[in-house]
Amino acid sequence: MNATAKRSFDILLVLVALFVAWQALYHVVGDTALTSPLQTFAYIGELFTTKSERFAAHAWETGRAFLLALALSYAIGMSIGILLGAHRLSGAVGEPILVALYSLPKVTLYPVILLVFGLGLSAKVAFGAIHGVIPVAIFVMNAIRHIKPAYLKTARTMNLSPWQTVATVIVPATMPEIVTGLRVGFSVTLLGVLIGEMFASKQGLGFMVMNAINLADVETMMAVAVLLFAAAAIANGFLLWLDHRLHRRV
Amino acid sequence: MNHGAMNRVGTIRLIVIVGLVGTLELLIRADVIPRRTILPPSEMAEALANLLASGKATQDIVQTLTCVAAALVSSIIGGFGVGVLIHRVPRLRRALDPFFATYYAVPFFIFYPVLIAIFDLSLLPIILMGFAFAVIAMTIATLNGLDRVPKVMAKVARVHRMAGFDTALRMKLPAAAPHLFTGLKLCVAYSFIGVIASEFILAPSGLGHAIAYAYNDFDNRTMYALMLFVLVVVITANMILHGWEQRLLRRWQGR
Amino acid sequence: MAPNPVHARLSGVTRVYAAVAGYRPVHALGPVDLELRHGEFFSVVGPSGCGKSTLLEVMAGLQPPSEGTVEFEGKKVAGEVPDGVGVVFQEDASFPWLTVWDNAAFGLRRAGMDGAEIERRVGDALAFMGLKDFQQAYPAQLSGGMRQRVCIARTLVLQPRLILLDEPFGALDAQTRLLMGDEVLRLWRRTGATILLITHALDEAAMLSDRVGVMSARPGRFLDLVETNWPKDRDSTIVSQAGFGAVTARLWHHLRGESMKAMGQSAPAPAGA
Repeated sequence: MNATAKRSFDILLVLVALFVAWQALYHVVGDTALTSPLQTFAYIGELFTTKSERFAAHAWETGRAFLLALALSYAIGMSIGILLGAHRLSGAVGEPILVALYSLPKVTLYPVILLVFGLGLSAKVAFGAIHGVIPVAIFVMNAIRHIKPAYLKTARTMNLSPWQTVATVIVPATMPEIVTGLRVGFSVTLLGVLIGEMFASKQGLGFMVMNAINLADVETMMAVAVLLFAAAAIANGFLLWLDHRLHRRV
Repeated sequence: MNHGAMNRVGTIRLIVIVGLVGTLELLIRADVIPRRTILPPSEMAEALANLLASGKATQDIVQTLTCVAAALVSSIIGGFGVGVLIHRVPRLRRALDPFFATYYAVPFFIFYPVLIAIFDLSLLPIILMGFAFAVIAMTIATLNGLDRVPKVMAKVARVHRMAGFDTALRMKLPAAAPHLFTGLKLCVAYSFIGVIASEFILAPSGLGHAIAYAYNDFDNRTMYALMLFVLVVVITANMILHGWEQRLLRRWQGR
Repeated sequence: MAPNPVHARLSGVTRVYAAVAGYRPVHALGPVDLELRHGEFFSVVGPSGCGKSTLLEVMAGLQPPSEGTVEFEGKKVAGEVPDGVGVVFQEDASFPWLTVWDNAAFGLRRAGMDGAEIERRVGDALAFMGLKDFQQAYPAQLSGGMRQRVCIARTLVLQPRLILLDEPFGALDAQTRLLMGDEVLRLWRRTGATILLITHALDEAAMLSDRVGVMSARPGRFLDLVETNWPKDRDSTIVSQAGFGAVTARLWHHLRGESMKAMGQSAPAPAGA
């Protein structure tokens, strides 16, 4: 077996071990708290078929909020990142502030957001955005700071216009690190939207899960949670692959 | 950067922060931003002082900090221990790498209700959330740190005929310390986030719960006082860690 | 002279690195036979990649031989570094988290030696290595040469009877190297230990050693053992002596061909014999 096959097999083994642990936990804890892997996947199937209308409504609500929040995170984050990256003094002043904000439990600010935006879509979008803006800004800022001066000097000796410099030199040079930032931003924005839904919303997948526990509806709770988990893992897997491909070129 | 430049940047930063807070204060007092939405920072501070003095928030504060401490200690020890063990088995590490890479990408907060279903609404699910959030950051940082222990150090340990556990404690741990510090900082941040977010979502008591309760009760003064408290505690903890790390790095790297 | 003149011995030693994930096995060393006499200063020179460091690590017990035996003071070396053997490596192995003093005391504290004895030995070693004024400094504050001296002091305090040095001055500039060479000679005379020095610098080997072993390209074997017959109280000024040029010439005579082999070319016929 060559190395890649071996590794894939090992990864599969770990996955199997996780499922076994899940099943074992189910036996220990019982029906009132968990559903077994099989039951969970069966119920997920139901969510897409018999219960699909209700599920689709919630999924659409979350998806809508998430995509809007993501767009905002990316747009605002990149703008801040470019500004702080290009202007040295601003970068030096702003970086520790950004880093400090990154480690704050931003969930603490949620009530303020609710007061400003009220309950509803815009609050959720704001939750997601405040989470996502900061890592995107940090990574974009660093990507620009790390551009080798030699690249810029080369562009000048070739008499490239500013537009050409940006498009043919700066963008490719910063792309790998920016993509990493976008990947991290993706995950934390999703987290922000979901936590917001879990705590202050009457719609969406986060609400669906919280509501299920209030109704002692273990099946829905597990099914939606596992589904979200898997969807995020797959999306991140794709972005990681993209990340690696870009980094290998550099 | 020389010290003169550092001080200039630090001063500008201080001015920027004071400026932002001051602007907020003025805008609220001038009624441009309504008081029912947000209190002026000065009043927030006043409300906090009163709240602390009255002792009404003491139990919540103690509970939250206890949960954070429990999550922190367990994730640091657990994360480091697991990191050391995995590092010794390269095959296991290669198999686990994709899971580590994906861990922080998935919203495992969504499993908080599952934890409540298993353990009932107590402090345990809250501590477990904090632990779950922080432990993998520590494990990853440990793995990275051990990777970067120069190979020659291990040889020196053998020349001194050191036993395995001794080598880990007196050689690998200090040699990996800068990276472990990064893990430590993340652990502190994530323990706070895990505990407070959980308390927000569903908890019997604690700071997160108290803030949500005050919000639902339209008690803005208490709400902002508690929020300010959380922010101050977290920022202070970060600054202490940062200072410690800088001292360590100066000694190690002769900056 | 000690009853048995042979202090350490390698008999028929080879070292083959096993195949790993897509790479073929590497025959790095041997077969090698070597007898180190008590108290001698022995250098090993050879082209890059010939297995010099492997030789040192096998002798130290850091690596097991694939074939053959390693003996130190009559006993077989297997799996662990024997008591009485000290090693100084090429990379900076000073511990950045300890002061110079604590670095030097490290091995003694591990061995559970009593405090007063530690004080004495460490103070002695640091004074000998010229580090007395830097006891409380951290390695990051010192130059590369001084950090290597810290590593040597750390080895010195253990009072080793055999000292192995793996290109310890490789990372230093040329002038510092020459001075450090003198330091090692002082060390040698003071401790009376047997010294094995690995180096790629011919002049260094020629000026410091009683004997120089010339290794072939990989897999390394000894092509020649050159005796220098220098007086015991020598130092770096020996370069001006008549015999020095002859020794270096003889070393290069072997090494030129081997180095070119190591670089992947064959040796052309020597110009004018």
